[in-house]
Amino acid sequence: MRAVLSPRRQQRPDEPAGRTRSAELAERVFRIRESGIVVVLAVFVAVTAAVQPRFLSATNIQFVLVDTTVIALLALGETMVVISRNVDLSVGSVLGLSAYASSNLFGSHPGIPIPVVFLAGLGIGLACGVANGFMVAAGRVPSLVVTLATLYIIRGIDILLFSGKQVVSSELPDAFLQIPRSTTLGIPDVAIAVAVVIGIGAYYLRTYRSGRELYAIGSNPEAARLAGIPVGRRVFTAFAVSGAIAGLAGVLWAAQYGTVDTSAGTGYELQAISAVVVGGVAIFGGSGSVIGAALGALLLSTITTALYVLGISPFWDQAIWGFLLILAITLDQTITVRLTSALRKRRTRHA
Amino acid sequence: MRSFTERPLPELLRPALRWEAGLAVVVLLVVIVGSSVSPDFLTGNNLFNVGLSNGEIAIMTLPMTLIIISGEIDLSVASILGMASALLGVLWSKGLPMPAIFVIVAIVGLAAGAVNGLLVTRLGLPSLAVTIGTLALYRGIATILLGPATVANFPTAYTNLGVQGVPFTGNDVTYSTLIFVILAIIFGVVLHATPFGRSIYAMGASVEAAQFAGIRVKRIKTILFMTSGLICSFTGVLWTFRLDTAVQNNGLGLELDVVAIVLLAGVSIFGGKGSIIGVVLAVLAFAGIQNALLLTNFNQEATGIITGALLLASVFLPNAGRWVHRLSRT
Amino acid sequence: MAKRRATWLALALPVAATVALAACSSSTSSSTTSSSSASASSSSTSSAASSGLKTGLKVYVIPKQLGQSYFTTADSANSGGAIAALNALGETGTETSGNAATPAAQIPAIQAAISKGANALIVSATDPTALCPTLKSAMSRGIKVVTYDSDAPTCRSLFINQASTAAIGTSEVDILAKELNDTGQIAIVSAAASATNQNAWIGYMKQELKKYPKMSLAAVVYGNDDATVSTQVTQGLLQQYPNLKGIISPTTVGIAAAAAVLDTSKYRGKVLLTGLGTPDSMKKFVSDGTVKEFELWNPADLGYLAGYAAVELASGKITGAQGETFTAGKLGSFTVGADNTVLLGPPYVFNSGNINQFNF
Repeated sequence: MRAVLSPRRQQRPDEPAGRTRSAELAERVFRIRESGIVVVLAVFVAVTAAVQPRFLSATNIQFVLVDTTVIALLALGETMVVISRNVDLSVGSVLGLSAYASSNLFGSHPGIPIPVVFLAGLGIGLACGVANGFMVAAGRVPSLVVTLATLYIIRGIDILLFSGKQVVSSELPDAFLQIPRSTTLGIPDVAIAVAVVIGIGAYYLRTYRSGRELYAIGSNPEAARLAGIPVGRRVFTAFAVSGAIAGLAGVLWAAQYGTVDTSAGTGYELQAISAVVVGGVAIFGGSGSVIGAALGALLLSTITTALYVLGISPFWDQAIWGFLLILAITLDQTITVRLTSALRKRRTRHA
Repeated sequence: MRSFTERPLPELLRPALRWEAGLAVVVLLVVIVGSSVSPDFLTGNNLFNVGLSNGEIAIMTLPMTLIIISGEIDLSVASILGMASALLGVLWSKGLPMPAIFVIVAIVGLAAGAVNGLLVTRLGLPSLAVTIGTLALYRGIATILLGPATVANFPTAYTNLGVQGVPFTGNDVTYSTLIFVILAIIFGVVLHATPFGRSIYAMGASVEAAQFAGIRVKRIKTILFMTSGLICSFTGVLWTFRLDTAVQNNGLGLELDVVAIVLLAGVSIFGGKGSIIGVVLAVLAFAGIQNALLLTNFNQEATGIITGALLLASVFLPNAGRWVHRLSRT
Repeated sequence: MAKRRATWLALALPVAATVALAACSSSTSSSTTSSSSASASSSSTSSAASSGLKTGLKVYVIPKQLGQSYFTTADSANSGGAIAALNALGETGTETSGNAATPAAQIPAIQAAISKGANALIVSATDPTALCPTLKSAMSRGIKVVTYDSDAPTCRSLFINQASTAAIGTSEVDILAKELNDTGQIAIVSAAASATNQNAWIGYMKQELKKYPKMSLAAVVYGNDDATVSTQVTQGLLQQYPNLKGIISPTTVGIAAAAAVLDTSKYRGKVLLTGLGTPDSMKKFVSDGTVKEFELWNPADLGYLAGYAAVELASGKITGAQGETFTAGKLGSFTVGADNTVLLGPPYVFNSGNINQFNF
């Protein structure tokens, strides 16, 4: 059911006016959280650029944006799943399978149109996502266990089918390899495309009822069920979308790196979850935004490149990453606690 | 409330007659199939090798079990292993005596676990997210400590535990297996037969109820994380001696396998359910399957698929049982 | 009602898939080794016997990990690698290893080979020392251990090196120097920071650079043999050193990633790239001018030589001491050099003239 709702019109007849204002407060705070990431990003970039002005060169910005696209896509799908109080650990394996299987089509079916290959990757991801979603929703089993299992199984299928082989750039058409390199007005086209997709995702989650219901499910699944929200269907869709996006990201990965084997995407699930967490999405669901997650992906990618540009020993990379992650989580928790107490005060005032 | 020892026997056995029984069947199947397809499967030598390759992972599953039952998770276990290994390497190459190194490594392990525990209990942060952060942080510290270097000249008295078995068992039992067995018994007794263990189940089932019952949830969870830190750093020492190598990527990626085994054991990811017996059986099943595949040179890539399938079975079969039970009542 | 069916269906799905896949895979994996060894053994036992070599030996080929095309070429019978050599001599060759290039994944495979009664092991070491306890235990049982591609110097009888470490290091610099007219700042994109082969080659590269006073080394960065990391470190180099003229990447993953970064109009021809790469992954970059020349050796020949060496050792014809000679079938005769190392030959230089002749 699609209904474009603005926050005010969504008010139910028996709901006190105070609740809507609380919803507005919550929205305002989370927008602050997102702007918080922007601030951190800006400070980081500024400091790095002060030490090394070439960090802000057009080429480097293009590098960073293109490098971020894959993880940003994964973070988008992961956000939808995490908001509903689930987790998808299989995205790395899905990306790997899709990257090989789709790019392999160029070699086995010469002349195949590029959009068909993208559709193939999307389809592979969708199939995996549907399997995940079905098991989690219909089976009512914990998503961490299911997606950990499919992480193993999908990677195993990838290895069984393609082990020892490689897709190399000489097999891929130039137009395909050009995709991550083409720019419009200096901004990489893939970055624009991913930004658009993220914008669509953000719009959907914020305005469509089915999107907002994901938040409700994440906040309190039982209450959501009792309120008549089709929890199973929504969760299924979230996983299906996450899988499809991971499949798409796989094709993009192949275009970016040109050489694909069965190790592609290993470990990406932890990176996606890191981006999501840094971006302010609560790991227990119910809050956060895809824009925050995308900014989180951008921040993490910027850190990696910044370290190399600054010439800081890359051995410090992981430690800094881990430290920032913990910092982000701590910050979020402090904000959430403050917000909850503020909301509670408002509610008692209106009661 | 009746104490653990006063309950009638059938009631005691009922918890065991579920997923753990199924696991026991799986282990039996693995042994039967394994020994029939490969004559080397049940040889003392092979069992020794299995013990060597899986000893450290097995030991790490024990504190992980308690943490998951209490309702949390610790994904930084492999990184604590790596950090301990790096510390051992660096301190040894600087010439510190081994006993001093052991003490320092133990303290660092406890500290690492304490950081996890405090972030989770004092700051109220979700352990999944926190330990993903410390996973990176501790691995990062290991990388900073060792850099590209490898330390490999440990005294043979210590590295022998990677080659020789425990003396009185005819060279078939590895030191890590022995340690695992001893720790499993200790953890089993603590978890299943002490108030401490019961409180772990209680807080896994409901934190609020446990707190109201007077259980000091925060303190116990911190203790559990610190125990995990201590044991994982000790495992890092074991690992380093077995391979006679301290290098930054020791143990990389093991956390998923440890979690998979604990989940395979029927321990619920939501907390409040599970048993040490199940974990021991799951360790045997996991190790046995990997080994059988290796010996028969059956496509080893299938190991992941089998692990994944068993994981799925571990969540679906108990549910299926519940559905059948509900339907049989209508 | 629907929910019950849903649960059973959700359960049946993964189980059915697993069974189907396991059935498919079992038929594909075990057949390759058994059929080829059966057909080869009968015809070639006479040639093996006449040269004094034992037949019917069980030899296990243990690369750093399964699934890498470089090792598949080096090991398999189809490509003329190690198992082809073993089959030709009437032995049973099996490839086995872990799924990740780590000692933890490789050691169980070595142990399993020992358990299954191996007579000889051919190993590409994931770590120079971590395998030693296991390999020494193998040697103490009379199993012959030969390393190839990547060495574990203190726990094997022979190391089959693709080319001399010095030759690889120095030739890489010489190629780049020639392309740069002996002038310019260069950088190195390596593999893991602890990778033995790369570090050894880099040592010789630094030495060789001293011969070119107008060239300097800006930095050595580590791509960890990961496409993303290799890409990012290359990009970082380009940003940090705007005067960079050349890059050497002595690892096949690194050079492929660096080539993809440099394959734009901005850098092609301005920052030159060379290193160690497989012809297949480099074909595109050689044809569009991103890379002029690069090196490697034929991994199949490396594996083939290792196969012969292992059988010679296991038959007691050589002990791995310096100065001993043996014949390796179609590759001719070889002499054991210093450090119990056998060299395959000089590195092979690929360029646009010859690259299309190769398929690995």
